[in-house]
Amino acid sequence: MKILKLVLKNFKRHKLRLFLTIGGIGITVMAFTLLRTVLYAWYAGADVAAADRVITRHAVSFIFPLPVAYKHQIANIKGVKKVTYATWFQGIYKDKNQFFPRMAIEPETFFDVYHEYKVKEKKHLQDLITKRNGCIVGVKIAKEYNLKIGDIMVVDGDIYPGTWQFEVVGFYSGEGNKKIDETWMVFNWNYLNESLKLQNSNSANHIGWYVFKIDDIKKTAEISNNVDNLFKNSFAPTKTETEQAFNQSFISMSESIIAALEFISFVIIGILTLVLANTMVMSSRERIKEYAVMKTIGFTAKNIVTLIIGESIFISLIGGIIGTLISFPIVEGIAEALSRFFPIFIIQPSTLIISVVFIIFAGIVSSIVPVMHATKMSIVDGLRHIG
Amino acid sequence: MNANSDNLIQQSQNVENVESNNTIVSIQSLSKSYWREKFEIPVLKNISFDIPKGEFLALMGPSGSGKTTLLNLIAGIDKPSDGKIFVNNVDISLMGESQLANWRTNCIGFIFQFYNLIPVLNAYENVELPLLLTKLSKKERRERVELVLNIVGLSDRMDHSPKQLSGGQQQRVAIARAIVTDPLLIVADEPTGDLDKHSAEEIMLLLQELNAELNKTIIMVTHDPRAAEKAHSIRHFDKGELS
Repeated sequence: MKILKLVLKNFKRHKLRLFLTIGGIGITVMAFTLLRTVLYAWYAGADVAAADRVITRHAVSFIFPLPVAYKHQIANIKGVKKVTYATWFQGIYKDKNQFFPRMAIEPETFFDVYHEYKVKEKKHLQDLITKRNGCIVGVKIAKEYNLKIGDIMVVDGDIYPGTWQFEVVGFYSGEGNKKIDETWMVFNWNYLNESLKLQNSNSANHIGWYVFKIDDIKKTAEISNNVDNLFKNSFAPTKTETEQAFNQSFISMSESIIAALEFISFVIIGILTLVLANTMVMSSRERIKEYAVMKTIGFTAKNIVTLIIGESIFISLIGGIIGTLISFPIVEGIAEALSRFFPIFIIQPSTLIISVVFIIFAGIVSSIVPVMHATKMSIVDGLRHIG
Repeated sequence: MNANSDNLIQQSQNVENVESNNTIVSIQSLSKSYWREKFEIPVLKNISFDIPKGEFLALMGPSGSGKTTLLNLIAGIDKPSDGKIFVNNVDISLMGESQLANWRTNCIGFIFQFYNLIPVLNAYENVELPLLLTKLSKKERRERVELVLNIVGLSDRMDHSPKQLSGGQQQRVAIARAIVTDPLLIVADEPTGDLDKHSAEEIMLLLQELNAELNKTIIMVTHDPRAAEKAHSIRHFDKGELS
């Protein structure tokens, strides 16, 4: 406690240098927090996947469709609870640069399998089932495009060419669960399928992938094998995996970018350490004589070490706290601006814990040289020091 | 002091050469050399003498004669190459670094030529600094600090930072810091070397008072004959030997 008092007193020394150091640390911690949040946002889909949700897609690739007739066969497999399906529709709504997921789904079952996606009112779901071109949108998208019940969304098809008109019949949200992506637009698969039938398209009566819930997550592998064995020798063999593995397969496409971001985030910690180490080395060099005086008075090497490390950690913590506090409004702003690209953009507790660990680590590492210098120095040499 | 220091005191009390109760410092065959690359530079050569309790001793001599080195050795901030130094019957040359640090807190008050106050601490806090190493409560520390600042005549400057004080006042704060732990011995390395004539006289007067009224043993290195005149005795050094 007495040493802490001295640590605090030392802050009066070079106020500008202290301010710049704390500012530098604050900015690096903020950059670290933002990068980690971007990385988390990338993995968010995989992280929020339900353990009891399993996805079946075409064995060759996600882009090859599967017959809709598989649904009942999958549903009959032991351990499968509820099956639904979806097809990636996409298209262009208003601006081709404004991306948000648009999917054709089976409305009767979709929100049972994705139970954490809450449709606002029962009537909305009913309307999605009964209205041919009805669609439900996430509240984030509804807010951004100011969509109300009855509004028509005109989408130019790309995978499925043509002009498609969807009537907004309802909204869904995560009801406060920030991990829920509230940027989807889903519509009745029948609307898509009927149109494809009219065009005599080979894609009619086909869906993109199946999603089903299982009654025992310990049997995931067994059930997945059973599903895939069922269609092994068909013209459309399947690959069944957990929702998390399915989502991970998308992330792995950007693996090198993610690895680069991970690397940069740790480079930032290195910069933080160097900024602090520079200040601590300068500061301790100027105080060599003072350390010698303190040793003459009776301060032990341990006291001096505590003083230097305490000061270093304290500066690092103050910068870190400021950087973290600044990160919150910035992350909120980014989440708002990039909600379509990063629907889940929040600072994770794990990011804060990593930050604190690295801040303390930087505080200790950056004081190694000053500590060695101050403790190895003889009192007589220190008193002769001119600095 | 810790147990090891207590043991050393006990052992050293049996040393025949240091039986006189009146001796506070006993220097026996003391030598000190420094190494500069391959060359050994002798600074003190086989010095032996005793300093009685309550003495006010001035060490004089030309630059490089070894007087400051001797002061540092007596204060326990440097180690002898050979020989022994007993301070109050304790052989300090046998002590380890942390024992010596502990011993210095309790037994030595050091006054520097350039005051060496901590610039971010005010006068009160500078004086309190050695007491932070003791087990005294905050209240006890305050009483002691106020007492010594009163002794050196700076009770009205407690909140002043060093740069708000004159050279003479800074040296008074340094003296207060040196006596606040009530040490056995005050060692002063050219305490008036950086002061004007008037301030130097004030500081010497203060040291005389500490010696006369509080019976503090003072060992002072000085180049100034007027300062040395205030001491009880003077020892001259030349080329590492007593002359």
